[in-house]
Amino acid sequence: MSVTAFLTDSTLCIGCKACEVACKEWNGVDQDGFDWSGFSYDNTGAVGASTWRHVKFVEQPPVPGFGGNAAEPTSWTFSSDVCKHCEEAGCLEACPTGSIVRTEFGGVFIQPDVCNGCGYCVTACPFGVVERNQKDGRAFKCTFCYDRQKVGLQPACAKACPTESIKFGEIDHLREEAQKRVDELHRRGMQDAVIYDPTESSVGGTHAMFIVRGDPRTYNLPPAPEVPTVYLKKSWRSSAVAAGLLLGGTLLAFLADGDGRR
Amino acid sequence: MSEYPLSKMNEQDFARERRLEEIRRQAEKRGQLQVVGPRPAGAPFPQASPEHGYYGIPLLKEPPWTWEIPLYFFVGGAAGAAAVIGAIADYTGADRELVQHARWVAAAGSVISPALLIADLGRPERFLAMLRVFKPQSPMSVGVWTLVGFSTGAAAAAFAGFLRQRYGPSLPLRVLENAGSAASLAFGLPFSNYTGVLIGATTIPVWNRNAGDLPLHFAASGLGAAVGILELMGHRKSRALQALGLGAAIFESWEGLRIEARSHEELDPLKHGASGWITRAGGVLSGPLPTVLRLASLFGSKKRSNSLRRMAAWSAIAGSVITRFAWVHAGHVSARNWKLPLQLEKGADPLGELGRPSDQ
Repeated sequence: MSVTAFLTDSTLCIGCKACEVACKEWNGVDQDGFDWSGFSYDNTGAVGASTWRHVKFVEQPPVPGFGGNAAEPTSWTFSSDVCKHCEEAGCLEACPTGSIVRTEFGGVFIQPDVCNGCGYCVTACPFGVVERNQKDGRAFKCTFCYDRQKVGLQPACAKACPTESIKFGEIDHLREEAQKRVDELHRRGMQDAVIYDPTESSVGGTHAMFIVRGDPRTYNLPPAPEVPTVYLKKSWRSSAVAAGLLLGGTLLAFLADGDGRR
Repeated sequence: MSEYPLSKMNEQDFARERRLEEIRRQAEKRGQLQVVGPRPAGAPFPQASPEHGYYGIPLLKEPPWTWEIPLYFFVGGAAGAAAVIGAIADYTGADRELVQHARWVAAAGSVISPALLIADLGRPERFLAMLRVFKPQSPMSVGVWTLVGFSTGAAAAAFAGFLRQRYGPSLPLRVLENAGSAASLAFGLPFSNYTGVLIGATTIPVWNRNAGDLPLHFAASGLGAAVGILELMGHRKSRALQALGLGAAIFESWEGLRIEARSHEELDPLKHGASGWITRAGGVLSGPLPTVLRLASLFGSKKRSNSLRRMAAWSAIAGSVITRFAWVHAGHVSARNWKLPLQLEKGADPLGELGRPSDQ
């Protein structure tokens, strides 16, 4: 039993969506409905209650070459998105039922039999991963295939990935692997390859790292995710001041009001 | 070309057809599409790029709550403040009728609040799942336990007070009444403002940007509403209530000014668009309007003063309700702003120039 993680390498992803399908198959996740986004081959949009793995399609149209410059062909990159399983997880801290727990593998797991569907975790996730299933009422997200990991299997998405774009393994090992891979990509001339793992933010790193080319914001990966517990101190201080003012003000008002007395 | 038989079209097909027609109409008229759909020749294309995010798809999810939650914010705020008024009025020896009325308001809130909370749960039958743990780091958990303590205290105080008035004083009743009153005061103080912490400590930008303001703002809003309700129950001569109502209204005016005066992109939903106007409407009704009405009621005949205070009461109550809905609405608008969590420029637009951004 060790602390595990995903490393999703977008430079290897071919956009086959086998991870999405494997995830739905294994976890019995509901269909998303069928609709065209109209601007991309990504017709799903984002991870949610019925999409625990989601392949992002970053499509750039061709640029014609002028003035002796070579034309650039259509660029098409993919990245499989998933719950980040934060080290400091907003959803876990916010959950009022204790339904959301950290597993022995370091993942963040929603116990479906405890969740009461209050929806507070939805507003606490800095990555917009958790969502309330409208039909069922409870909140859902990637389970990190807790059931599979329990019996020594790797998560369904990593197992199904045909190019090993989704790597699964021990977290420290994967961090090294990620660095090695990025160094290699840099050597090959892909200077814009970066690792996305917000260890510097209040989220404190994730159990789902990504290697992407260019600015991670292109993939809707926020540069500075904040776990909402950072606002607690300020809020409760304000709450204490408000309570003090209410108590003092009411006391003063009634003590000063001599006529109101019996 | 054979027509697709209408009889085989289901509801979903019809919806898709209607949408396609709408898209075609818009494309013909303007040569540009606002709705998502097929791209007419020459129309701008949503982009996935460092400037445009991921096709402008919002990163954050909108709060999943329905109308029950903002209404709960109102009821809880008013009930909590009413309990505080009731307990303090009791201790300072104020008018007994005011004490008992304040307790009834608190008790009514202590019944309506959990009902609204439970109604909003995705699994209402699992309300008790929140009572299996206490998590100080979760404002929702702290709030639920505050609600439990408050409801018990407020209901006990009101019930014991009622029995004492009806059947005369007795020792057990006095113990119950005092204990209930003390509990409703202790829990009423946080109960009237914790909902500000609840929404402040989230990832929704407009809420967490105001994390330090919201509890004070909500407490003043709740106090204004509680005073208003008691005044409408007939206590329009109480100078203590007048002072509290005036204090709450002045604080709300200041809060409104503070929202208007600061300029952060996160605060835009409070100032622009529909959510901005709802916020302003709530702000004017809770702040400046009751302030002016209350000040005016200090002068002139008793009859005029009476009607002005009645108007101030209605204004503060309506303002408090609207303010809570406005904040929740602003949270939805804020969650849809895909630029904020990506720290993008205000002007960035997913319907950018056709072609690859120049710096790539």
